[in-house]
Amino acid sequence: MSALTGFYTILFYFATFILVAGVAYRIYEYSRTPAPLKIPTTPAPTTQSGVVVRMAREVVLFESLFKSNKWIWVFGWMFHVGLLLVLLRHVRYFQEPVWFWVNIVQPFGMYASFAMVIGLAGLWARRFLVDRVRYISTPSDHLMLALLIAIGLSGMMMTFVAHTDIIALKAFALGLVVFDWHPLPADPVLLVHLGLVALLMIIFPVSKLLHAPGIFFSPTRNQVDNPRERRHVAPWAAALDKD
Amino acid sequence: MAAPKFEVPTLTEFTAVPKIQEGSMAHMKSFVANEKVQSFLGYPWELGEDWKERAIDRMGDLLGKYRSLRVFMDACVHCGACTDKCHYFLGTADPKNMPVARQELMRKVYRRYFTLPGKMAPWLVGAEDLTQETLDDWYNYYHQCSECRRCSVYCPYGIDTAEITMAGREILNYVGMGQKYSNEIVGKVQKIGNNLGLPGPALEDTLAGLEEDVLDATGVAVKFPIDVEGAEIMLVTPSADFFSEPHVESLIGYAKVFHAAGVSWTLSSKASEAGNFGLFVANYDTMRTVANRIRDAALELGVKRIVVGECGHAWRVAYSFWNTLNGVGYGGDDPYAKQLQQQLDSRYPQPQHICEYTWDLIQQGALEFDKSLNDDRVITMHDSCNVARGSRMGNEAGGQFTIPRNIIKAVANNFHDMASETIGEGTFCCGGGGGLLTDDLMEVRVKGALPRMNALNNVVQGEQVNFMATICAICKAQFTKVLPYYGFDMSMVGGVHQLVSTAIKLD
Repeated sequence: MSALTGFYTILFYFATFILVAGVAYRIYEYSRTPAPLKIPTTPAPTTQSGVVVRMAREVVLFESLFKSNKWIWVFGWMFHVGLLLVLLRHVRYFQEPVWFWVNIVQPFGMYASFAMVIGLAGLWARRFLVDRVRYISTPSDHLMLALLIAIGLSGMMMTFVAHTDIIALKAFALGLVVFDWHPLPADPVLLVHLGLVALLMIIFPVSKLLHAPGIFFSPTRNQVDNPRERRHVAPWAAALDKD
Repeated sequence: MAAPKFEVPTLTEFTAVPKIQEGSMAHMKSFVANEKVQSFLGYPWELGEDWKERAIDRMGDLLGKYRSLRVFMDACVHCGACTDKCHYFLGTADPKNMPVARQELMRKVYRRYFTLPGKMAPWLVGAEDLTQETLDDWYNYYHQCSECRRCSVYCPYGIDTAEITMAGREILNYVGMGQKYSNEIVGKVQKIGNNLGLPGPALEDTLAGLEEDVLDATGVAVKFPIDVEGAEIMLVTPSADFFSEPHVESLIGYAKVFHAAGVSWTLSSKASEAGNFGLFVANYDTMRTVANRIRDAALELGVKRIVVGECGHAWRVAYSFWNTLNGVGYGGDDPYAKQLQQQLDSRYPQPQHICEYTWDLIQQGALEFDKSLNDDRVITMHDSCNVARGSRMGNEAGGQFTIPRNIIKAVANNFHDMASETIGEGTFCCGGGGGLLTDDLMEVRVKGALPRMNALNNVVQGEQVNFMATICAICKAQFTKVLPYYGFDMSMVGGVHQLVSTAIKLD
């Protein structure tokens, strides 16, 4: 095994471990922190199934963002849907034979990368053009967008401009899954692409990307509006009732 | 009205999003609570040498107790969706009044002390040490937020700045920087029974006077009973209803409704306040202690139903939190909750809003009105923030909007809503909620009222509206003060039950 292959192999195991363990730890933290009071933003669903529908509309359609600002919604939704299709397309590199729906996604996934990058560019432009958003932007906000755009563009380079050795790449990726390691093609664009993806995976659990698991734990969105019918008491608060 | 020491914004057809003006409200500092006020609540009254450690300790404590704070500190992506949603930003242009920036005052400290990147590379992620300057910013800008939750409607993750403002105020209290206005009130309600510090005998005098007034005006002996054991209904209402104008007009309205329904009801001198400023200072124990006055009064008087008068934050606390805090509600299987819940009449929601109560009677045909008596009024409805976004009425989501309007339409002929984006779940705060209803914050109150004043002006010009109904004691007091700054008559604001009172037929 070459040093290069060895480095990327270890890097991806490390990045996957950090991503999975880090996000799992965050979810554990959020779930064990009690919500002592009923604070759904009303009008809110009065049933649990209603909450599932509300959450689905938020996660799939970005409903609150749509109410708020159409520009952010357009760019944000384009980016996220583009990213989803691109990610689904990438499933093909980790399996043989390839599931049939992954084949169906393939062409959409290729062109979704444009939506993804255009969405990101729009969001980045707002950080310069809108004085309010410029005021709240931190260096990490800019770097996060730069990172995502660089991942998108480097990927598109290999899809549309200069193909990498996809057969060898797939052997490398499959090898990671089954612990039967294969050499990684030494294509500079590929190395940049994979390096940035690993970086994204590593910073995920300590960055604002936590909005992804976070929304599911947001009490204003995931609580049922039934405080008069059900007594809701957090464990630390229940102790007060015994005094 | 004394000449303002600041520029009152001019009314425009639409509330434009201003260009940011950094520091434009940095001078706005509410009076700080003194030793007497703070010590009663068990807080220090000046910064000790270890204030920084205390602040970080308390933040860590709150992060472990409140999932809202825990998740909201991490989830924000600085997308900017909330930046133009706060009435205080729209009225002042100070960027620290943008919800995300108000949150960042705490988030930058959270990152520095509680996250890995903030500890390693603070400059990269906008993390900062807690300094005296930041603490002062917290004090100033956490008292330029009315905890109205409008931003939480528009945030893609439902981040509620009110939760962060509340945590900020609790930490400030904990290190010795309490707000005079709110903390005095939290003390008074515990010592005397209500926010205005009105003792029992004065209350009885006031109620006797009201009985005389109503008898003179209508010829009907409408009663205002207090501390009647065995009454069916206990009314818990904001103490402003006992003597402030226009609040008292709604109290008269509730009494007339109870009279017409022929029900036995009572006020309580112990629970002579629906308001619970414990919500604003955001200490769970304090909020619970204040809420427990209602539990104790209900148990002592043996009432079957608890009805809450027109008060916004009180209704949020009553509807959303009472069951949790003091057991007024249903579904409790612990001895503490059962003790009260077995006493309450399970045919009715507990607690019940006075508007729910009146609307039920109207639907049953139990009340009669002469709508023409309200014909001199062209009415609009200001949805109060805590009712709109923190509570409900009736069985359907959104009943908090339809039920008060249904009542208005049942008792009056002329009603016009303001622009749809300024009412309902998107309603603009009056500008005086959340512990800001104090003269030392007049500038922020007047400027924060701008979006509501613009929306009102449109229906005043277009529909000849001359009465803005609301169901909140703070809204009523705030508008009475602020309307004249914008050239409106202060008597334009009043309660929904003021309209009921005008039109109801008594015998």
